[in-house]
Amino acid sequence: MSNTEAAILIQNLYKGFGSNQVLKGFNLRLNKGENLAVLGKSGSGKSVLIKCIIGLMQPDEGEITVLGESISSLNQDHLDHLRVKIGFLFQSNALYDSMTVRENLEFPLRRHWMEISDKETNDLVMESLENVGLAHTVDLMPIELSGGMRKRIALARTLILKPEIILYDEPTTGLDPITSKEISDLMNALQKKYNTSSIIISHDMNCIQRTADRMILLVDGIAYAEGEFDTLKASTDPVILPYFE
Amino acid sequence: MTLPPNTKRFLEEAGAIAQFTGRFFREVFRPRYEWSAFIQQCYMIGYKSLPLVGLTGFIMGLVLTMQLRPSLIDYGVESELPAMVGIAIVREIGPVITALIFAGKIGSSIGAELGSMKVTEQIDAMEVSGTNPFKYLVVTRVLATTFMLPILVLLGDAISLYGAYLGVNIKATTSFSLYYTQVFNNLSFSDVLPAFVKSFFFGFAIGIIGCFKGFHSSKGTEGVGRSANSSVVLGSLMVFIIDLIAVQVTDILGFN
Ligand SMILES: Nc1ncnc2c1ncn2[C@@H]1O[C@H](COP(=O)(O)OP(=O)(O)O)[C@@H](O)[C@H]1O
Ligand SMILES: [Mg+2]
Repeated sequence: MSNTEAAILIQNLYKGFGSNQVLKGFNLRLNKGENLAVLGKSGSGKSVLIKCIIGLMQPDEGEITVLGESISSLNQDHLDHLRVKIGFLFQSNALYDSMTVRENLEFPLRRHWMEISDKETNDLVMESLENVGLAHTVDLMPIELSGGMRKRIALARTLILKPEIILYDEPTTGLDPITSKEISDLMNALQKKYNTSSIIISHDMNCIQRTADRMILLVDGIAYAEGEFDTLKASTDPVILPYFE
Repeated sequence: MTLPPNTKRFLEEAGAIAQFTGRFFREVFRPRYEWSAFIQQCYMIGYKSLPLVGLTGFIMGLVLTMQLRPSLIDYGVESELPAMVGIAIVREIGPVITALIFAGKIGSSIGAELGSMKVTEQIDAMEVSGTNPFKYLVVTRVLATTFMLPILVLLGDAISLYGAYLGVNIKATTSFSLYYTQVFNNLSFSDVLPAFVKSFFFGFAIGIIGCFKGFHSSKGTEGVGRSANSSVVLGSLMVFIIDLIAVQVTDILGFN
C-alpha cells in the first residue's frame, strides 16, 4: 500500500473551536484512484475535516498533504492552483441562488477566461450537464429545481474543471432513498469516467456500500477503525456495531 | 481588569470591523479587478435606489418649506424662504436623509444577501473555485456604495429643491428662475463641497457595515435576519457619527 502514491495524506490532525476539541490526532491516507468513505456521527467533525483538506479551515496542528503539496505551506495563488484539481461537493450544494444553472457552472471557469473561448465554455457547461442528465435545465434558476436535481447540478459544477480528487460532504443526506441511489450510481459512473480519487463523507450505509472501496470510522476525533465495508461490518467491537444497525 | 460583557463585545466588534476595513484597503488595489461585477453592483445599488431617494427628497423639500414659512413670516423674512431651504437641503437634510434611506434599503439588502450566501456556504464555494469572495462580493459592493451615494445625494438634492419650489408656490408665486437664482446666490462652494465629500464617507460606511454583518452572519435564517437588521441600525448610526465628525472637520478647515 505504501508503494502507491497518496492523493491525500493527513497526519496527526488537530482542530478545535475554543474549548470544543473536534479532531484530536486524526490520520488518513487516500491512495490515487481510491474511493474512501469517512463515517461518523452528526457533529463528529466530518465537515471540519474536509474543510481543512481544501484550506477553508486551518488546522491547529498536524500536516495535510494533497497531491504531494503541504496545504499549510502554500500561498493563496498556489492554493488556488491546487484547488482546481480538487472538487468539493457541499452538503448544502451551495449553488449560487442569484445565478442561472449556466452561470453557476461557468463560475469555476471564470478564473480561466483567458485560456478558454466562449465556445469551449459552452461545450464544457453542456458536457457537464449531460453527465448528470440535466442539459434541459441550463437556463433555470436553482430555486426552480428539486432537491435531487440541485445535488446533480452541484455535482456537475464540481466536475466541470475535471478534478483529480473529489470531496463529497454527505452527498445523499436529505434525499429520498430512490434519489439517493441515483446520486450514488451517478457518483460511481463519474468516478469511473474521469478516474478520480474521492473522499465520501457520509452516514448513509447504502451510499457507502455502493461508492466506497474502503472506509474510515471517525469517533471522538480520531480514525477509530478502518478497512473494507464487509470487514468493519463483521466487527464485534461495541463501538463499531451501532453504525451498522 | 475585567470589562463588563457588553463593553467587551462592543470593543471586539469595533476591532473586527476595523480589521475588515483594513482588509478592504489591502484587497482593493491588488489585481485581479472585478470590473463587470462592480458595474453590475453600481446598477443594482445606484439605479434601483433612485425612485425611493427621489420620492423622499421631494417630500422633504416640500414639507420643509411648508414648516419653515410660518416662522419666517413671524420674523418678517418670508422672502428668504428659498435661501433658507436651499441651505438646509444642500448642507444637511439632503445628504443625511438620502444616506438614511440608502442605509435602510441597500445596507439591509447587502447584509441579507451576503448573510444568506454565508450560511448556505456559497461564499465557501466561491473560495474553493478560486475566486476571492472578498474581492468579488465585498470590494465591488463597497466601491459601488461609496461612489453611488454621492450621485444619489446630488440627484436627491435637485429633486428636493424642486419639491421646495412647489412648497414656496403654494402660498406665493415665484417664477422658477427667480427661485433658482435665490437658492444659488445664497449657496457657496463651501456649502456644497463638504456635503458632497461627506456623502462618500456615508456610502463607504454603509457598504462596509452591510458586508461585514453579512460575512459574519450566524447560521440559520434568524442569523440572516439579524445581519440585515443590524446592518441598518449600525449603518444609520454611523451616518450620524460621520456627520458629527464632518461638521467639526469643516469647521476646523474654515469652510463656513
Ligand atoms: N466555524 C465553526 N465555529 C465553531 N464551531 C464549529 C465550526 N464549524 C464546526 N464547528 C463545530 O465542530 C463540530 C463538528 O462539526 P461538523 O464537522 O460540521 O460536524 P459533522 O460531522 O456533522 O459534519 C461541531 O460541534 C460544530 O459545532
Ligand atoms: Mg457536516
